[in-house]
Amino acid sequence: MMSQAPVIACKNVWKLFGKDPEGYYARMPEGHGYDQIRADGYIAGVKDVSISVGRGEMLVIMGLSGSGKSTLVRCFSRLHDITGGTIEVEGQDIMSLSEKDLITLRRNKMGMVFQSFGLLPHRTVLDNVAFPLEMRGQDRHTRRDRAMEVIRLVGLEGREDYFPRELSGGQQQRVGIARSLAIEPDIWFLDEPFSALDPLIRREMQDEFLRLQAMLGKTIVFITHDFDEALRLADRIAIMKDGAVEQCDTPDQIVLNPATEYVRKFTEDIDKSRVVHASVLARADAHGEGAPVPARATIHDLAATLVSDQRDMIPVADGDRPLGALSRQEALRVLVGA
Amino acid sequence: MAVLSTNAAPVAPRGQTALALVALAVALTLLHYAGLLPAWLTRVPEALVPPFAPWLDAAFTFIRTDLGLEKLTRWIAEGPLQFALDTTANLLYGKRRWPNLGPIPWSAIAGSAAVLGYALGGWRLALLAGGTFVWTALIGQWKIAMETMSVLVVAAPLAFVIGLGLGIAAWANDRVDRAIKPILSILQTLPFFTYLLPAVIFFKVGPTAGAVATIVYAVPPMILMTTLGLKKVSPAVIEAGQMSGCTRWQMLRHVYIPAARTEILVGVNQVIMLCLAMVVLTAFIGMPGLGAKLLAMMGSFKIGRSFEIGITIVLLAVTLDRLSKAWVVRVPEHHPRGTPWWRRNKYLLIGLGVFVGFTLLGQAVDWFSEIGRRQSWSRGKEIDAAIKAFLALGPVQSVTDQIRYVFNVWILIPFRDFLLSIPTPAFILLFAAAALALADQRVAIWAAVFFGIVALTGWWDRAVITLYSVISAVILASLIGLPIAVWASFTDRRANRILLACDTAQTFPSFVYLIPAIMLFGITATSVVMSILIFAMVPLVRYTVEGLRDVPPEMIEAAEMSGATRMQKLWKVQLPMALPTMAIGFNQAIMFAFFMVIIAAFIGTQDLGQELQRTLAGADLGKNLVLGICVSLMALSFNMVLTTWADRKKAALGL
Ligand SMILES: Nc1ncnc2c1ncn2[C@@H]1O[C@H](COP(=O)(O)OP(=O)(O)O)[C@@H](O)[C@H]1O
Ligand SMILES: [Mg+2]
Repeated sequence: MMSQAPVIACKNVWKLFGKDPEGYYARMPEGHGYDQIRADGYIAGVKDVSISVGRGEMLVIMGLSGSGKSTLVRCFSRLHDITGGTIEVEGQDIMSLSEKDLITLRRNKMGMVFQSFGLLPHRTVLDNVAFPLEMRGQDRHTRRDRAMEVIRLVGLEGREDYFPRELSGGQQQRVGIARSLAIEPDIWFLDEPFSALDPLIRREMQDEFLRLQAMLGKTIVFITHDFDEALRLADRIAIMKDGAVEQCDTPDQIVLNPATEYVRKFTEDIDKSRVVHASVLARADAHGEGAPVPARATIHDLAATLVSDQRDMIPVADGDRPLGALSRQEALRVLVGA
Repeated sequence: MAVLSTNAAPVAPRGQTALALVALAVALTLLHYAGLLPAWLTRVPEALVPPFAPWLDAAFTFIRTDLGLEKLTRWIAEGPLQFALDTTANLLYGKRRWPNLGPIPWSAIAGSAAVLGYALGGWRLALLAGGTFVWTALIGQWKIAMETMSVLVVAAPLAFVIGLGLGIAAWANDRVDRAIKPILSILQTLPFFTYLLPAVIFFKVGPTAGAVATIVYAVPPMILMTTLGLKKVSPAVIEAGQMSGCTRWQMLRHVYIPAARTEILVGVNQVIMLCLAMVVLTAFIGMPGLGAKLLAMMGSFKIGRSFEIGITIVLLAVTLDRLSKAWVVRVPEHHPRGTPWWRRNKYLLIGLGVFVGFTLLGQAVDWFSEIGRRQSWSRGKEIDAAIKAFLALGPVQSVTDQIRYVFNVWILIPFRDFLLSIPTPAFILLFAAAALALADQRVAIWAAVFFGIVALTGWWDRAVITLYSVISAVILASLIGLPIAVWASFTDRRANRILLACDTAQTFPSFVYLIPAIMLFGITATSVVMSILIFAMVPLVRYTVEGLRDVPPEMIEAAEMSGATRMQKLWKVQLPMALPTMAIGFNQAIMFAFFMVIIAAFIGTQDLGQELQRTLAGADLGKNLVLGICVSLMALSFNMVLTTWADRKKAALGL
């Protein structure tokens, strides 16, 4: 998945809020913690984050409210200017971009969906969706055609002449999604897009989103504070606390091998068996007898087999390709959550 | 007070200082009564009064001639502004100027107004808008009303554009914001007469000066509403705009301004209302129109005609207010795809049709284009006779006479004489003590400085008389208004009715408040206080009702569950919670009173307003400004004290 150069690469990124962040950053002692910074009157929105996002990857950022998720993503799109470190988007240092280049980058490469939708209240659905195209200076007909295309894509056909106030929350967020897709962005940022929606609609929107993603295959940075949502969507999950990324890894690794105590606590209540896949437990050097289990199955999917099977080592295969074998004991431990 | 204050500890030293100041003031006053106070401590001696007026005159002359500002202003006055005013004057009442098309028949304007009303708010608004113009025509005031409107339709858009521009500048640039804020607060407390004279001097007498003074007066609220609206745009909308790749200009044009639409339109409403109120007042520099006619009629005590003109002004005000408010809350209508253009623009087309139809009808039938004096329905003389007969009725006359007598002899004159008897330093100390007790040290010092400046101008006695009118009117307004407000707040229905009445009353141009006062009490000091009283009571009642109604329902329920009676609920829960809001109303009442007291000078007073009005006849710019600044400084002092107090109370109550 990460075969090519990363789409977004950030190194030691800092974002401080306060009176004179640059000055403070310059004289800040090495290894200053979040609370010490806070005592000095600054807030570390993002604290020494190094992370990269590969092409076509879906990175989910998680963390409690106030942990810096939104701030980090706003640094990626330079809605915030970072205080220290570097962020490269497609190999370009975004802090060195002129205003004009930045606008070009946003007009052509980036789309963003907001938790509170951010729709322009005085524009119809169609005009909201066509807005980024209008800003690009596209003529009326082309932009209307394209807008209608994405409106159809998100399933809002027939509502294009409505105003945002006439739509439900879920429909409004569809407009937000359509707008962010109108310019066919390569990179798609979604800041808690579904948290303002009620659970049923949220589920429906997630399915919708997965369908879109399967169709479009974009590079995605997705923020959520809902673990189930993260697990459904993520290739990798980054867990943030106090502005810093505690761990960034696949969901399986996060629940199996939490890097810090915080991550362990954070993932404590998760049903690990639903997250961990057979492929992760499979050891390449081990052998097992009999019929293999599929690599993509979660331990939860295999529960019946694991309990009734008598083998110690069960082979795992991805289609026809053998991956090795997993230890039944280990798998059972995951199943009972020990 | 002490019972209510939750943080008793820090209050104590402030309270003690205040008490000490009061004691000092009382001592000074008693010494003065005993004849022991030297004259230079009673009033600022003549010799020590700095020649502020000549200084200001010199400064103005410098700006005018040496800096050449006058050339610019005269050019504007004689060029574009005059042109715009002439054009509207031609269209609305047929002044012989380009484009020489007018006057537009009254029926065409009334018809189009009705269609506009219908488009914005249905039949009721159509009736109001159309009815207002029909009334104006039928009562025979079409020409003077159009004289007023011709200035209004030029001044209001200009004030809007200037206010919007400055508002955007203040929002975009902190330095501009900081520079503009203090100027705005002074501008808003300067009496209107202080705008008029510079306008006349810089922009020549006549409609141009009137338009300029009106614009300057109407701009500040537009600036404030614009910055308020722009600051309130939600971050998500802003970020969405940025992520859509908007340039700065696109952000402003397509994101900020449309998103701040509501506040900006509320600003438009305020601009229109202020412009109307002020255009009427430009009568004092001889501008023709409704105001001038009203001034003339009141001056010769023709109550009937004054009353009719008052109704016209009020109807125009209410119409403009309702139309612009309807526009504020109007949401764009969504048309299904493929709706033909004539259907999308049906109101525009109907409006045009009505306009053209009546214009043609006016060509054929004179009555539809102009209603002559003979045909008018004015009943001025009859109303006059009726009102005079009513006032002459035994019981009525005895009541008004009684009120007048009691007021004058028992309340007003003794109060005024008492205030005048206090030595200047003692007066300033008293005010500072009050400021210290209610607000804080900073405000107290500023208030003392402000009043000190007033004392130094040498207009102290007149300033005190101004203050006396303001204070007595506001106290009387509270005595009448607060019980009404409390009574109204008991049920929703009453509260809504009173609020609606206040809302409507607040749209009336200030000038019309003189009419009932003069009607009942003639040209006397009682009328002065009465007109201020009615004018100031409106915000007082309104904010009190709002404050009492806005108490969180949980609190009232909690009080009810604790077994509080209605009175206990009122005294222990609602009033303390409503106090900050009431203070805002009180503050506004005082500001309104300062405004009105200057206008009431027309009835005949001995205060600053009287002097101010006198300067309007000449070119005494320095004196005019000094007087205006005296009024402004006193108003600002009250404003500071009350807003600081309200803010502190609000913070203490956790609102
Ligand atoms: N514009 C800002 N000014 C000051 N502090 C900010 C600003 N934006 C965010 N913060 C602070 O940075 C921290 C991280 O905020 P945010 O990224 O919004 O958290 P999350 O999205 O994870 O809930 C919070 O403590 C927040 O108060
Ligand atoms: Mg957030």
